[in-house]
Amino acid sequence: MTAHHDHGHAGGHGHPHQPDIEDRPFEYYQVMAEAVGELLIQKGVLSADELRRAIEDLDARSPALGARVVARAWVDPGFKARLLEDANAAAAELGIDAGAIPIRAVESTAKLHHVICCTLCSCYPRLLLGMPPDWYKSRAYRSRVVREPRAVLAEFGTVIPDDVEVRVHDSTADLRYLVLPARPAGSEALREEQLAALVTRDCMIGTAVPNLHPG
Amino acid sequence: MPDAFSIGQPVRVRAIYPPGHVRTPHYLRGRSGVVESIAGHFANPEELAYGRDGLPRRALYRVRFRQGELWPDYAGPAADTAVVDLYEHWLEPEGLP
Repeated sequence: MTAHHDHGHAGGHGHPHQPDIEDRPFEYYQVMAEAVGELLIQKGVLSADELRRAIEDLDARSPALGARVVARAWVDPGFKARLLEDANAAAAELGIDAGAIPIRAVESTAKLHHVICCTLCSCYPRLLLGMPPDWYKSRAYRSRVVREPRAVLAEFGTVIPDDVEVRVHDSTADLRYLVLPARPAGSEALREEQLAALVTRDCMIGTAVPNLHPG
Repeated sequence: MPDAFSIGQPVRVRAIYPPGHVRTPHYLRGRSGVVESIAGHFANPEELAYGRDGLPRRALYRVRFRQGELWPDYAGPAADTAVVDLYEHWLEPEGLP
């Protein structure tokens, strides 16, 4: 590569300056989080490396973990039954540490469609899906999905027929929810890994349904 | 202490408005539903929020509501529901005056 991008400051810098995180004052809770982290390390409660690894582990979580769980439930009825009974233990069978907070898997069927939310804050099965999308935490989603779930789902392109019950789960307390979507018709020949590829994040929130032929 | 409510029992969310950290959304206050399941027993998060131990543990119920009960002008089918996790101290038996 010989292309030259002039980063001198003499002029001709044609794109806007990208702000650095230090360009804004730290907010109260950022300072508090830093302070608590430093104190825990100074007092020997945990090491800097343990703290770093915990953050790295959370950041490494993604919907691919939940998708593996769903795909296994689709091909293995015994696993599905165990998943609906105790999702954390079922995930552990696949080598996935779903954490200490109980996760409740709710099964969508031809007659029942589940969708999850947290009206009070942003509760989400992070250890199976990674960090929630910004819209999940927005006041618009949190207030509207309990009030007019079908209208919200339609805005996601998900139209639920009137003869299918829509059930909203509001995680207000000590549980997290994971939607086990219905296996799409026509997927009988697919292998488990191919099935997992159909299971997107939104399918496990309930704002979408698995689609054999996306796009 | 045995659980105060059982699966299938009609319950009503207490219509009270205490200040501070509470885990029962406003839209449920005074609304009637049915106990769908018992999620377990947990230290009370409304106490934990203030650095207390939250003990004794409280029964946490998954209560199912008809959307038409929550929103009288609900536009969807009558079968649509919401399920919310509610602590025992927020519930009372349906039918009390």
